[in-house]
Amino acid sequence: MTIDIEPGERVLLLGASGAGKSTLLAGLAGVLGGDDEGETLGRLEIDGADPRSVRGRSGLLLQDPDSQVILARVGDDIAFACENLGVPRGEIWSRVREALDQVGLTVPLDHPTAALSGGQKQRLALGGLLAMRPGLLLLDEPTANLDPEGVLDVRSAVAAVLERTGATLVVVEHRVSVWRDLVDRVIVLGSDGGVLADGHPDAVLADTSNELRRAGVWLPDTRVSAPAEISLSEPLMTADRLTVGRGAAVRGGGSKRRGRRTRRTQTIALPWHADVVLREGSALALTGRNGAGKSTLALTLGGLLPAVGGLLRAEPALAGTASSDPATWRSRELLTRIGSVFQNPEHQFVASTVRAELAIGPRALGAAPTEVDRRVSDLLERLDLDRLAEANPFTLSGGQKRRLSVATALATRPRMLVLDEPTFGQDANTWSALVQMIGELRAEGHAIVASTHDAEFIAAIGADELRLAASVESSGTVAADTSKARSV
Amino acid sequence: MSIIAPLRQGPLARLNPVAKLGAALIVSAVLLVSIDWVSAAVALAAELLLLCFAGLPSRTVLLRTAPIWIAAPLAGLTTLLYGRTAGVVYVQWVFVEISDGSIALALATTLRILAIGLPAVIVFMTIDPTDLADGLAQVLRMPARFVLGGLAGLRLVGLFADDWRALSLARRARGVAESGAVRRMLGQAFALFVLSIRRGSKLATAMEARGFGAPIERTWARPSVFRGRDWAALAIAAAVGGGAAGVAIAVGTWHVIVTS
Repeated sequence: MTIDIEPGERVLLLGASGAGKSTLLAGLAGVLGGDDEGETLGRLEIDGADPRSVRGRSGLLLQDPDSQVILARVGDDIAFACENLGVPRGEIWSRVREALDQVGLTVPLDHPTAALSGGQKQRLALGGLLAMRPGLLLLDEPTANLDPEGVLDVRSAVAAVLERTGATLVVVEHRVSVWRDLVDRVIVLGSDGGVLADGHPDAVLADTSNELRRAGVWLPDTRVSAPAEISLSEPLMTADRLTVGRGAAVRGGGSKRRGRRTRRTQTIALPWHADVVLREGSALALTGRNGAGKSTLALTLGGLLPAVGGLLRAEPALAGTASSDPATWRSRELLTRIGSVFQNPEHQFVASTVRAELAIGPRALGAAPTEVDRRVSDLLERLDLDRLAEANPFTLSGGQKRRLSVATALATRPRMLVLDEPTFGQDANTWSALVQMIGELRAEGHAIVASTHDAEFIAAIGADELRLAASVESSGTVAADTSKARSV
Repeated sequence: MSIIAPLRQGPLARLNPVAKLGAALIVSAVLLVSIDWVSAAVALAAELLLLCFAGLPSRTVLLRTAPIWIAAPLAGLTTLLYGRTAGVVYVQWVFVEISDGSIALALATTLRILAIGLPAVIVFMTIDPTDLADGLAQVLRMPARFVLGGLAGLRLVGLFADDWRALSLARRARGVAESGAVRRMLGQAFALFVLSIRRGSKLATAMEARGFGAPIERTWARPSVFRGRDWAALAIAAAVGGGAAGVAIAVGTWHVIVTS
């Protein structure tokens, strides 16, 4: 590809997953390895020099807030970049204060970085870059892991910085709408390595040839078809004044057999309780800010964490022969009842090939080998993973990993499916595949619980929303009866 | 971050971390030369006396040093029952032999573990990892790449604990939580290993993106200075070590363990 970016331009870089957007950014930032780590063809220059020799001219902001915090205190973390570039000590601290001010972080310099929220951590990382006074800001999906409030914080911090410094911007993002108004040029990379489109946002996003949509780019006007009407019937699970918190993990049947309760001494309950009824065919979305307890509630409803207080009851339609408290079930008993899909798919992979990964669940249930094979090939085909059957799960792309982790949960046909942030960082194609699959599952009478920030996803799967409060001041009862809405 | 926050009070908080580390090393080095109860007892007494002036909350000190208070007598007990036999034998039962020799050795072991362990724990209780890294790089001139890499990596330890929890829960969700404990633990450990490498390389990229490893002379935002009081701390440590050795030599119990 051949691209020229003028000083002061604000570029949105789009393209299918695997098109090389992140690699291009890393190259511009000068953090791509040398010739010993791969082959280099052609030239990449910043101000006419090799990016690796002009460190500090460009600053790269990455997707994951957690892996960008470097030091334990806010001031030190921002000063880190200045130290590396040899800025004199007297000047470092004035730059640090200026950077904190620019990104709107109003915490003391010795504030612990561990106590920041996701959006604050991203603004801190941005501050660290600004302290280098770069002429080029490179943002690699900087808001993909944030809640809607965090997205706005980061976006307005970037807007303010561009306004003040006139820096050049290159941002990679699947969701066009976030940066649409801030950029004056859109470049679309094709999956074959070339440039698909390049020009003014209005012209490029009109997408006359429909190529962007095929590449999995989120266009601002992407229509989401309304979910089909689904009839709800038997309740599967009831939560009555349920309080949750993180503490000791459930040990399954073991704790009951030995007549010993799981220790809960270190558990801190979250400041709200939930009343929920989950019915066959229902969909419930858990929303709220980062840290509100969406994942903890999802894990508790999934039978993976014990309830801290109140009542969580698996109704006979779900429990069958097992007891009414999912936290006491053996892990094998969970398989046909509740499937959980974790936020990070890598946490869930236990086998060395995609095919073996899918076979784990059915085999644990004692299914006959022919039945296991049938289910596995069925899922491979349904989730478009058949070409990857012999690949190692850890080597898949983000979207493929997400589809595989959902497939592993579906392999044992659980009545209830609990998904934690299923659409984080997914392109539009994986997103639609997930929405379609959830629609089919609901029609078959499965219940869906999803913790998510994604309002479009909630609308597309037709879920009821349960919004969780993050602070004690706004605590109280949150309630959702999925039979009230959309029942026929 | 799971690393416990350092205590920031009393005279210890004003010392350079390198001085604290050095002081603990000096005392330990002297006590590792000999194995006798007199030198250990003198050092321990001096340390406890100094601790009274350190101005640290006694409850916190007791809690954090608890493992040593438990481990030291246990090690002593083992030595008492199985230590090398010498002099009068009081009890003999299967492999157990309590004699004059094993009693002396048990006493010396218990005191020695306390005298070496207590200062080590108390020193680390009051050291902030960031300050230690500053000290190691600026005072001892250790390579910045190495020191700062280690410091940043330390922050990942807390994330590893979260990963391990998530891996355990995920294995329950996958229906394999109750089968083959050893194989499952090995698999889980391997998964943690893979995740750690991922996190580590992401952190490395984030550090490089902020100019880490640039071919420029690095500056330091926080000066780490070795002052007079830091030299005084080293002198006190030398006095404690020297005093302990001196008393032991004077009363004739000093016994250098070089050959067996």
